[in-house]
Amino acid sequence: MKILVAKPGLDGHDRGAKVVAQALRDAGVEVVYTGLKRSPEEIVQAAIEEDVDVIGLSVLSGAHVPLARRVLEGLRREGAAEIRVVVGGTIPPRDAEALRTLGVARVFPMGTPLPEIVAAFTGRGEASRPKEARTP
Amino acid sequence: MKDVRAHAGFPIKPVYGPEDTAGVDFERDVGRPGEYPFTRGIHRHMYRERLFTMRQYVGFGTPEETNGRFKYLMAHGQDALNVAFDLPTQLGLDSDDPRAEDEVGRVGMAIDTLADMEAAFAGIPLDRVSVSLTINGMAAPITAMYYAVAEAQGAAPDRVVTTPQNDILKEFVARGTWIYPVEPSLRLVADLIEFSARRYPRSNPVSVCGYHIREAGCTTAQEMAYGLAIAAAYVELMLARGMAVDEFAPRLSFNFTAWGKVFEEVAKFRAGRRLYARMMRERFGARSPKSWMFRSLIGGGGSAFTAQEPENNIVRGAYIALAAALSGAQTIALPTFDEAYTIPSPKAQLLALRTMQICAEEAGAADTVDPLAGSYYVEALTGEMERQILTELAAVERMGGIVEAIRSGALQAEVARQAYRYEQQLASGEVPKVAVNCHVGEGAAGAGREVELYALDPKVGEAQVARLARTRRERDGAAVGRALGRLGDAARGPANLMEPILEAVKAYATLGEICQAMKDVFGEHEEPVKF
Repeated sequence: MKILVAKPGLDGHDRGAKVVAQALRDAGVEVVYTGLKRSPEEIVQAAIEEDVDVIGLSVLSGAHVPLARRVLEGLRREGAAEIRVVVGGTIPPRDAEALRTLGVARVFPMGTPLPEIVAAFTGRGEASRPKEARTP
Repeated sequence: MKDVRAHAGFPIKPVYGPEDTAGVDFERDVGRPGEYPFTRGIHRHMYRERLFTMRQYVGFGTPEETNGRFKYLMAHGQDALNVAFDLPTQLGLDSDDPRAEDEVGRVGMAIDTLADMEAAFAGIPLDRVSVSLTINGMAAPITAMYYAVAEAQGAAPDRVVTTPQNDILKEFVARGTWIYPVEPSLRLVADLIEFSARRYPRSNPVSVCGYHIREAGCTTAQEMAYGLAIAAAYVELMLARGMAVDEFAPRLSFNFTAWGKVFEEVAKFRAGRRLYARMMRERFGARSPKSWMFRSLIGGGGSAFTAQEPENNIVRGAYIALAAALSGAQTIALPTFDEAYTIPSPKAQLLALRTMQICAEEAGAADTVDPLAGSYYVEALTGEMERQILTELAAVERMGGIVEAIRSGALQAEVARQAYRYEQQLASGEVPKVAVNCHVGEGAAGAGREVELYALDPKVGEAQVARLARTRRERDGAAVGRALGRLGDAARGPANLMEPILEAVKAYATLGEICQAMKDVFGEHEEPVKF
């Protein structure tokens, strides 16, 4: 499993992207991180050159729908539609459905526990989920 | 017994007593409010003479929409403004630039030319209202636009109180609105500080931000350490220009967060004030007491807020307001409870404002200065926080100093490491978060239903582009060309760029044109990607 963690558009908030990148790396996933402010076209190119299985887009600016659309269109145009696209960030519930309709494989809105994201890429991690209803 | 730790990492004891403050020399380390080293606050009577300013962060859509929200908050008792700009504006891209597509007016208001700034502040007297401008890479031209509007309103320069954030070093670490490489970026910071110190003596031409670095994941002690190190870097920059420290230091200001444990936050600010005072007096030789004062906006920290059960964030906001008031803030700004979901609704903005008003007027947090002074716990914690901050400052020195640590990406890597560590602590339950990893209720899964979502009207971008086209048509194109040429020439030399920027602004050059004229000379920053 190889993933390109990408920051499309102008948004400069990279805490989430870097946290997810570190967690996936620790779970044995091969991770490439683009750095900030990449255009959808640059991300598509990088994904093809790095031969990744998945592109993980991190967007906190609210522009997730148009940005995801442009990445998906770019992949199709380049004949790389087999690369799956997942999106994380400040995604309100109403937009999660819109993203899935566009062809986004998985949406991780704010508040998604880190182990849940890791499990989505490794097929394990249920055991490492936080204990619920823990009393401090 | 349960192990309890501060966000800075050190253990908290179950009981504190006189033995814990045995090493504190009250005269030397704590002193009196309004006196060196200002541990207890920078003013003698603090809020009894002047309550903290309430300054909510606002901006979205067109300048007219933002102007309407400004007036709404002012009508409800907010006494100062804090302006949010959209991402194209923060990055020096015009609204009709292809890279600005889908971003115009989204996370703040769009500003392309002076005409937009005139609309944003129409009917708001800039000689009476103080305004923070959350702008960094483009601080010089945006502040120039602000000064031009103030001038056109007839405001006397010594009555204009504005605080452009203008802290580019933290943008390289967190928030990411860098444009030029580190050196020319620092030159622009210094140009604005120098120009403002000479022409607009009540402006605060830089607001040094630990805030965003903490939001990006660092600890409390690191937040203060990095903020102090960045402030020192700006002081050295101005000294290297030949300015005397007391010419500019009295107007340096700070922006920090207070979202963590209440007493630890208070201790962080008490320790930070005394470290700053000592640094300014002993290391930089400042003589004016105003140069020793750590003046701060203390804000929320949206990172403390949760998507789960968002109304809990209203309660979290009240504790943040309390911590900020007990910490001796000059200004408080709170995140709104709906921040994880949306651009704040008017209702959420008003709730945040009311939270601060209740804290001040009803809860008694503003009744007396530094009420926690003399507490065994808080004095011991202040000392421990001071030691931790010094340890972190030493770590920055080992990275080659703050500028080199940022240029190389070493500081960014450390912040990312802390963010990951914190997330692991949340996952394990080591750091409790109500309705997230403890006391998780049935309703958590359906979170957010009670939030009113802001929808960006696609007409905002169209309206903004249309206005920009009109301005381009109506302006004197030759004058714009001459002004931009002079700006480019000046950028190649050593002169202060504020005069040529101001000239270009007044000719209605666009922000994108001004940004590009300097980019042609300075080039662009290449991010050191490390995590």
